[in-house]
Amino acid sequence: MFAFIVSRLFQALPVMFTVSLISFAMFAYVGDPVAIMLGQDYTEAQRQALIRDLGLDQPFFVQFFEYLKNAVQGEFGLSYRLARPVSDLILERAPATLELSFTAAFLALAIGVPMGVYTGLYRESWLSRFFLTISLIGVSLPTFLIGILLILVFAVMLGVLPSFGRGDTVAIGWWTTGFLTASGLKALILPSITLGLFQMTLIMRLVRAEMLEVLRTDYIKFARARGLSNRAVHFGHALKNTLVPVITITGLQLGAIIAFAIVTETVFQWPGMGLLFIQAVSNADIPIMAAYLMMIALLFVIINLVVDLLYYLVDPRLRGSLAGSAR
Amino acid sequence: MPLLEVRNLRVEFPTRRGVLTAVDDVSFSIDEGEVLGVVGESGAGKSITGTAIIRLIEPPGRIAGGEVLLAGRRIDNIAPEEMRHVRGKQIGAIFQDPLTTLNPLYSIGRQLAETMQTHLGLSDRDARARAIRWLEDVGIPGAAQRIDAYPHQFSGGMRQRVVIALALCAEPKLVIADEPTTALDVSIQAQVIALLKRLCREHGTAVMLVTHDMGVIAETADRVAVMYAGRIAEIGPVRDVVKGARHPYTEGLMGSIPSLTHRVERLRQIDGSMPRLTDIPRGCAFNPRCTKVFDRCRIERPDLMATDGPTRAACWLYAKGEARDAA
Ligand SMILES: Nc1ncnc2c1ncn2[C@@H]1O[C@H](COP(=O)(O)OP(=O)(O)O)[C@@H](O)[C@H]1O
Ligand code: SF4
Ligand SMILES: [Mg+2]
Repeated sequence: MFAFIVSRLFQALPVMFTVSLISFAMFAYVGDPVAIMLGQDYTEAQRQALIRDLGLDQPFFVQFFEYLKNAVQGEFGLSYRLARPVSDLILERAPATLELSFTAAFLALAIGVPMGVYTGLYRESWLSRFFLTISLIGVSLPTFLIGILLILVFAVMLGVLPSFGRGDTVAIGWWTTGFLTASGLKALILPSITLGLFQMTLIMRLVRAEMLEVLRTDYIKFARARGLSNRAVHFGHALKNTLVPVITITGLQLGAIIAFAIVTETVFQWPGMGLLFIQAVSNADIPIMAAYLMMIALLFVIINLVVDLLYYLVDPRLRGSLAGSAR
Repeated sequence: MPLLEVRNLRVEFPTRRGVLTAVDDVSFSIDEGEVLGVVGESGAGKSITGTAIIRLIEPPGRIAGGEVLLAGRRIDNIAPEEMRHVRGKQIGAIFQDPLTTLNPLYSIGRQLAETMQTHLGLSDRDARARAIRWLEDVGIPGAAQRIDAYPHQFSGGMRQRVVIALALCAEPKLVIADEPTTALDVSIQAQVIALLKRLCREHGTAVMLVTHDMGVIAETADRVAVMYAGRIAEIGPVRDVVKGARHPYTEGLMGSIPSLTHRVERLRQIDGSMPRLTDIPRGCAFNPRCTKVFDRCRIERPDLMATDGPTRAACWLYAKGEARDAA
């Protein structure tokens, strides 16, 4: 088990290395940081000094090594625009994005899985047809449109929910949470629905398709032939067998949710990493963009590891092969 | 009173090309502790008959007529929840392919325990102890150590032993074994049949044994039913069906078994093949292949009737007033 985790982390190294190379190349070659940082008036001596300070006179690999060394320590330099350490900016923004993303993922799972099971079991019922119809809407409407429609109805017309921001937050150490205040929770509702709706319908359709598949198998027929209760057959034998693909997709989607929170954060002016990134893009604030890229890559690596660990827990057939690959 | 009585059972599958009658007016009975062999070509309706008895026909397929009585009580019309207590507890089932019959994600001990707990109300500890005893009974070496193993860790033969344990563990009075050895390696088929025979004799369990293997039938069954195109062609004591078949189809079928004791003059194959359900000929379904066919066979469908021997056959040759030697 431990060996498995370690081996997975080693496998993740090339990925992280490649991403850091890209992010460094962006850092070093897109735009001219010296010009941006010096502003309008400077002497040639000042320029040379800054180049030396930034290490830009060093060969590529020396620069890259420095960059990696700093990145591992969480140092990504200063934001050009805000003149503050990028790591501070990201840490400040990360709780907002993570809380939003995990709430959206939680909603998607907590609603999508039962709906998928229901529509798989009762294919013909009118409720199933209803679910499938609204899921079509969820799949086909673009995220920003859903966000704007929700704002229009619940914030503008009904005036019951806020249309932007995070509401009041409480600081726990460096983490700020919106879960502990009424306004924080209210502010979370519309953005998390917007962000999670697509994933919810995706999970629902996936669970439904997998349920239909699994319900046709011999082992389900045999479970019925043994007289097990419907609950044991449906939510034990059948649902458990749909989990492997659901875990895969959910893991991928969680990554996608965090990455694409950008759109939702923009629509709702949500003070997260996505909004930070968008502002960085419009200001050519390269250090933030580079750091964001690394952050997202790291999140994907972590999510993939968790997905693999969940497989390990769910499917005994994979335990042998995973343990084997770890040795 | 017979243990199981099937009266005029009829199973239909609505399809785009019309309603297919997979089981047509089938009647037979099984006494307590008796082994009824069921033989017939692939597609004759053997599996569907067994599946209909435990009411696990996949919709849109349905039981369109007839009655099924277990110990004198009708089970074809009782509530689904009541039927659930019949399955496993009163009628066990063994399927053809042990590789697909067991849930891959549940340990075999868990599958045994949940079956017994569903029907016998055992505590976790008792269920586990009994599960180990069942595994020993079906000849799993090191049962106590292997109870927590998963199906993929067993060979096909061992898995079928587990399936047999699962079918019998709630002490049903009847077990429906649908080609229990067809998917197994030839070298272990005899062992598995011997095991099934021994356990059923010990527990006084009656068996409906569907098989292609006439050797198994001759050794194991008390009576035999021969199915053809969804109907029973002939039924009677095993010796008489094997050695003194009255129905021309059975005669052909038995003629095609190579016998080591009596050097059969030639392997007699029946010309042609069984009709598909969509084009069953008028009259006797066997008439295009029958060497003794005569006019009445092409017009009227024969029901099972007494013959001049101990078996009953669905053949006009035995109708009163028909000339036996009609060509
Ligand atoms: N789901 C289904 N839809 C339509 N026809 C079916 C279905 N299942 C079985 N049948 C038909 O029922 C007939 C009997 O099948 P079966 O009982 O499985 O035969 P066997 O005697 O080989 O066990 C076959 O001809 C098959 O085509
Ligand atoms: S009824 Fe006629 S066709 Fe059918 S088996 Fe008997 S003799 Fe042959
Ligand atoms: Mg069959």
